[in-house]
Amino acid sequence: MNANSSGWRPAMPADEETVYPAGSTHTGNRALMVEEPLIFEISNSLNCGVDLPEPEPGRPSRLGNLARDRQLGLPGLSQPEAVRHYTRLSRQNYAIDCGIFPLGSCTMKHNPRLNEQVARLKGFADVHPLQPEGSVQGALAVIDELAHWLVTLTGMHSVAMSPKAGAHGELCGILCIRAALEARGEMREVVLVPESAHGTNPATAAFAGYRVETIPATADGRIDLGALRQRLGTDVAALMITNPNTCGLFERDMVAISEAVHAVGGYVYCDGANFNAIVGRVRPGDLGVDAMHINLHKTFSTPHGGGGPGSGPVVLSEALAPFAPLPIVRRTAEGTLTLIEEETAEADAPESFGRMTAFHGQMGMFTRALSYMLSHGADGLRQVSGDAVLNANYVLRSLEDVLDAPYAHAGPCMHEALFSDAKVAEGISTLDIAKGLIDEGFHPMTMYFPLVVHGAMLVEPTETESKATLDQFIAAMRSVAGRANDGDTSLLQAPLHAPRRRLDETGAARKPVLVWSEVSQFERVE
Amino acid sequence: MRYLPLNESDRSEMLAAIGAASIEELFADVHPSVLLDKPIEGLPLHASEMAVERHMEALASRNMAAGQGPFFLGAGAYRHHVPALVDHLIQRGEFLTAYTPYQPEIAQGTLQMLFEFQSQVARLYGCEIANASMYDGSTATWEAVTMARRITKRDKALLADGLHPHYAANIRTMARFTRDRIVHSAPSLDPDCGLDALAASIDEETSCIVVQYPDVLGRLPDLAVVAEAAHAKGALLVAVVTEPVTLGALATPGELGADIVVGEGQSLGVGLQFGGPYLGLFACREKHVRHMPGRLCGQTTDVEGKPGYVLTLSTREQHIRREKATSNICTNSGLCALAFSIHMTLLGDKGLTALAAENHRLAIMAADRLAALDGVRLVNDTFFNEFCIELPVDARPVVRELAEEGVLAGVALSRLFPGAPQLASGLLVAVTETTTPEDIEMLARGLEEKLA
Repeated sequence: MNANSSGWRPAMPADEETVYPAGSTHTGNRALMVEEPLIFEISNSLNCGVDLPEPEPGRPSRLGNLARDRQLGLPGLSQPEAVRHYTRLSRQNYAIDCGIFPLGSCTMKHNPRLNEQVARLKGFADVHPLQPEGSVQGALAVIDELAHWLVTLTGMHSVAMSPKAGAHGELCGILCIRAALEARGEMREVVLVPESAHGTNPATAAFAGYRVETIPATADGRIDLGALRQRLGTDVAALMITNPNTCGLFERDMVAISEAVHAVGGYVYCDGANFNAIVGRVRPGDLGVDAMHINLHKTFSTPHGGGGPGSGPVVLSEALAPFAPLPIVRRTAEGTLTLIEEETAEADAPESFGRMTAFHGQMGMFTRALSYMLSHGADGLRQVSGDAVLNANYVLRSLEDVLDAPYAHAGPCMHEALFSDAKVAEGISTLDIAKGLIDEGFHPMTMYFPLVVHGAMLVEPTETESKATLDQFIAAMRSVAGRANDGDTSLLQAPLHAPRRRLDETGAARKPVLVWSEVSQFERVE
Repeated sequence: MRYLPLNESDRSEMLAAIGAASIEELFADVHPSVLLDKPIEGLPLHASEMAVERHMEALASRNMAAGQGPFFLGAGAYRHHVPALVDHLIQRGEFLTAYTPYQPEIAQGTLQMLFEFQSQVARLYGCEIANASMYDGSTATWEAVTMARRITKRDKALLADGLHPHYAANIRTMARFTRDRIVHSAPSLDPDCGLDALAASIDEETSCIVVQYPDVLGRLPDLAVVAEAAHAKGALLVAVVTEPVTLGALATPGELGADIVVGEGQSLGVGLQFGGPYLGLFACREKHVRHMPGRLCGQTTDVEGKPGYVLTLSTREQHIRREKATSNICTNSGLCALAFSIHMTLLGDKGLTALAAENHRLAIMAADRLAALDGVRLVNDTFFNEFCIELPVDARPVVRELAEEGVLAGVALSRLFPGAPQLASGLLVAVTETTTPEDIEMLARGLEEKLA
């Protein structure tokens, strides 16, 4: 088996006297960085990493005429082979455990390992969602306790716990709004979204059947209250707003914004992705918000896992609470906890809009988030937002002379600092700065978002970075930004030292190869 | 505070560098009337690692863990043995604490894993392509119905009566807002899946027909029959697989003609976790790729010609297309996909086939034993590792009483179908490789006692 049978092969020696150019290797490996083929390339049909009884020939079957008669072609590996495969793959990833991960809007903070341990207690991890209520009182208590924390921290009336991630939570909130309007006999058609919104906001509103209209921002990066007031009318179902917004700024006029929306009978949806900036200091309920999802995988430290799982409980105002989805955990007069599901919904939650996932939400994330909240407490969470905002302002003030910071003059930022490419020399882009940072050993910031700023670079350090780490990051960023401003075209080649150089994304989209096949794309091209 | 690296001297230095007197000053944009000046009341203050551990252990101990006694629950969540290696590997910080792979040069580990995962799911389902995961089986099913609407430009979905009622409830929730028409009714305690009537009702307005395989009562519908009927009218067949281990024994939905195959991946690697996080699987025909929801990982090359992986076809997605996206999904179930993929790699064809055979062997043993009890009828002619029995009494109190005695007997159908009194005597029993013959005996004796 060749070391790299996925198609790419290092130059093979013509004979034993071949001299390798300095830096190249026979295998393509570079010391600790080892090229790892696909499982399909290293396995064969005989290998297996579990011990199970051999199926007996002629055994009884109740499969009718549907028994499978051919192999699926699923590769198997023994346990030592599997450990090595996945360990090698893991080493090709950057992660928060390896260094600062300053992706704006993503709140990549340290993931405490106590939470991992707690989530794996058998009493949480090995419990079925349909067990009789009497046998899951502890699980219902976790949901109830976490709900209490979320409601208290946000100053809202209640919380819908089942949404599986932020975008699912947005849908939950918008469906509550739509159900509330329908209950009033109103069919409104429009959801207003600021220019700087996350892409999920317009996607959610459209999915729920609304027409999306954009509200412009003012020169200082905040929603234009005048323009909003002008547009508001009885056709507007809701405003979807992010606060602090995606420019990293607090919406100073938030209370007035909410009042204006309420005055025309609409609702205020707040995207809670940036809650880390204000947790323990500002309660969205005091700002007039009607619904807000909370990304437990951002503010409350549950791990991102390379793209999930998330968890997106939605806190609701009194006006929207009756429409919350099933199931709902409620405390009975006797003090036990009970689930309101379809069976009792007619009596106990008659206006609920229904169910949006099979079971009770992300229990494994609830236990982690609760463990995190208990660790910090009400006092510690205040320090969390304080340090997060301090770290972001430190980055902002340390970089504003080398990178254009379009809103820095408007005062302090919240938990993230926004820069543009205005000072960068022609021919060099935000992307090149990001790739340059990779070579310096850092994960880049969020690029090209929000859309309101040209070549946006959004840096969110979070509160779990030390001053020493920030100083290192700032020094690297200053160096790369300086090169970009000076027109150093060597940045166009970056990264040079990552497991891969720049990848052909256009080619990947033009002729998608989404699954492995015995004939690799390289051979198909030939 | 153990999770906060800044100390007081760092904070003063940094504030001096910023030119602010205090952290509070940085919140100047928040109107004082809504800015709190002390910790929120009604919540405890910070706690040590040991104190938190005690608190959480006390909560956990109030649950009855599935492993504490005989356990027979299924209905969309299954208890399987997960090799210790799976949990070890997914806890490597490079996987656990990475973000969605937006910078592919330093996320090849996650990306290559996703490419392998997509390839495994496509093969398991017998489909051409698969995506990088959805939240869970139920939300994947709702997305499949909306995808079928986009492809066919029709808005009537027919749901087989054997579709998990919570999945059907999700689809109804979605349909209330999208105005799709949904046709669905509760099943009856009959060995026949009722597909003939369903197939006959497909018409020119039907976008798709959604059939669970095996269905919620454990019955095995012949997808090929409905596939043909659907295609004859220009409708799509959406197959839903809530128990992936099934496909170690059964023909794949893809080879039986399903156009979109979705399902729950929780059985492999993920665990029960009281219902989440789980893993939505989503596969379809290559020609429909641009209508697909969710993230896709594709193979490509870097500037040196080395193979590598990137997220691709993102013009379908919310961060590019905004209100025109195929779905609003962003974060999916990445780490659960990794757990699934590792477990599947440890099994391979050989292990999955053996695992399925062991599940089926024990399920037959249980079904025969329970069917031999006085007054108990086995509903199913066909099943894999889950079947339905009809008791001479209401199943709900029996399940509750047996739980109090330490036997988790299964899922009473009245929990799933509260509006269908004709199903109240139905009990759904799931059996996996974790079930022992002794467990089966304890369930049989327990039922016998309650029915006497």
